[in-house]
Amino acid sequence: MKTRPNYLAGIGAFIWLAIVAVPLYVMLSATFQTRAGFGDNGPLSLPTTFTLQNYVDAVTSGFGLYFLNTVIVTVGVVGLVLLLVPPLSYAIVRSQSRAASAIFRLFLLGLAIPAQAVIVPVFYLINTVGLYDNLLGVILPTAAFALPICTIILSGTMRDITPELYEAMAMDGATPARSFLRLVLPLSKGGLSTIAVFSALQAWNGFLFPLILTQSESTRVVTLGLFNFQTQFGINIPGLLAAVTLSMVPVLLVYLFARRALVQGLMGAGGK
Amino acid sequence: MTTTLAPRRRPARQGGPTKGRPASRGGSSVGRPGFVWALPASIFFALFALVPLLAVAVLSFTSWSGLGDPKFVGLKNWEALFEDPVMLQSLWLSLLFIVLGIVTQTPLSILLGVWAAGNQRNRAILSAIYFVPLLLSSAAISVLWRALLDPNFGLPGQMSWLFGDGNVLGTQTGAIAVLIFVGMWQFTPFHTLIYQGAARQIPPVLYQAASIDGAGTVRQFFSITLPQLKNSIITSVILMVVGGLTTFETVLILTNGGPGTGTTITAFHMYQEAFRRFDFGTGSAIALVLVVISTVISFAVVRLSGYDKMRSSLEGL
Repeated sequence: MKTRPNYLAGIGAFIWLAIVAVPLYVMLSATFQTRAGFGDNGPLSLPTTFTLQNYVDAVTSGFGLYFLNTVIVTVGVVGLVLLLVPPLSYAIVRSQSRAASAIFRLFLLGLAIPAQAVIVPVFYLINTVGLYDNLLGVILPTAAFALPICTIILSGTMRDITPELYEAMAMDGATPARSFLRLVLPLSKGGLSTIAVFSALQAWNGFLFPLILTQSESTRVVTLGLFNFQTQFGINIPGLLAAVTLSMVPVLLVYLFARRALVQGLMGAGGK
Repeated sequence: MTTTLAPRRRPARQGGPTKGRPASRGGSSVGRPGFVWALPASIFFALFALVPLLAVAVLSFTSWSGLGDPKFVGLKNWEALFEDPVMLQSLWLSLLFIVLGIVTQTPLSILLGVWAAGNQRNRAILSAIYFVPLLLSSAAISVLWRALLDPNFGLPGQMSWLFGDGNVLGTQTGAIAVLIFVGMWQFTPFHTLIYQGAARQIPPVLYQAASIDGAGTVRQFFSITLPQLKNSIITSVILMVVGGLTTFETVLILTNGGPGTGTTITAFHMYQEAFRRFDFGTGSAIALVLVVISTVISFAVVRLSGYDKMRSSLEGL
């Protein structure tokens, strides 16, 4: 069937393109202009100056350290999620005990708990165990709040493994641990990469837990660094936007090289 | 992977075979994991989400400034909350944000999603650009828009036909409009993806039949596409409600709840009471209100999205 072009939709699509792309253009063009040049020309004009100084400023004003902190938090969160979620999902999908299905229902309800709702007790808890202003104190709750969606995603993947395969393993006398390592993990690679990307995004973009649970510059993460940069040097717009641009580079790289995993990770439960 | 997961082997061996129920619905119980496999994650989740949830309920009946121990004060925080005009206003504002978010984002993302579901090459290229805001964190997006809307250096200087005197965040209406617009800029790509995926699942034969019957593009959209997207619309709207309820970074960075308390939505009010006024009791009470609202919504998610059915129909495979 031949479809004729839909001009009205085309026009609408281009209007939305402008709304999405113009701010991004302003962001990028500002970062390569001198502050004076940006101020004189205005944000929408074509740049007349070129400099990389804004990126240098952003990095030297602490973003190097903030990046390192965010990387530590992200690695910690992804590591914890990959350690905790696969055995849990395996139990949910394969265990016949009532406890396992009760636990799954609990995690479904866990989806409903917004981080804001428990931030006061989490603050109390982290303080009590002495992890305030410590990156580990950010990693633990961030990972905990990534668990419900990751569990739903990974149990979905594990359900797609046919029961015959499990039975064949069991027939050969495989223990649950052996089935898990030899069968479940290798056949769940898609789900594992989705939950890795999802939890990495949660950690990379996380704001509330670092805001409440850290205070000093040595534990500052990128998102908080942007907020802080904005309150302190709000008038240095090119420098600020260079920092914003830098903060999205790692996610952009994942987008370019692992688009499928990123889209699925972004969609989380929404895409299921 | 294998090394990190190794420690979980031993408890499984002990618990696996004994804990399993006899196979009642086909399949053998041999070699099945026991529920101990679920314990590490469950304990961890309980510690940071479920126990704090109970604690927040307890704390809402106490007075605590962050130093020393919380003191029990009965219903004092709750009484104060019911008389707090900012709390009442924040609930109305949250509702307004949610409704305006749904009204602006849903039609737009349905149209964009259906449009982007087409196989034309230009559509694929534009969709890739539409996607970019998803790569930025809420904090980055808020900082970006704060800079773009700067009265001196930002867009208002060059677009006075739209922004007037340029101080868009200075009035309540302007601040709300900005937050709704930025929400739209940030989240439309996400919902577009939902609809794009769903629109691609619609069987082409429906459209072929409709066009044989002489239905035009518009008629096809309303008679085929929209009804077929019903489930996605439910999912998307529920996600917007939960997301709208917990919006925080955008408000903190773009408007700081202002002007005055003009954009102090409930989640932001909670933050202010607890972490700026150090009234953790009242903050906990507000948090509990948020939990109740979002639990009600989440029950709806579980019921409407079919997660619960998915569990029961496949349980014990």
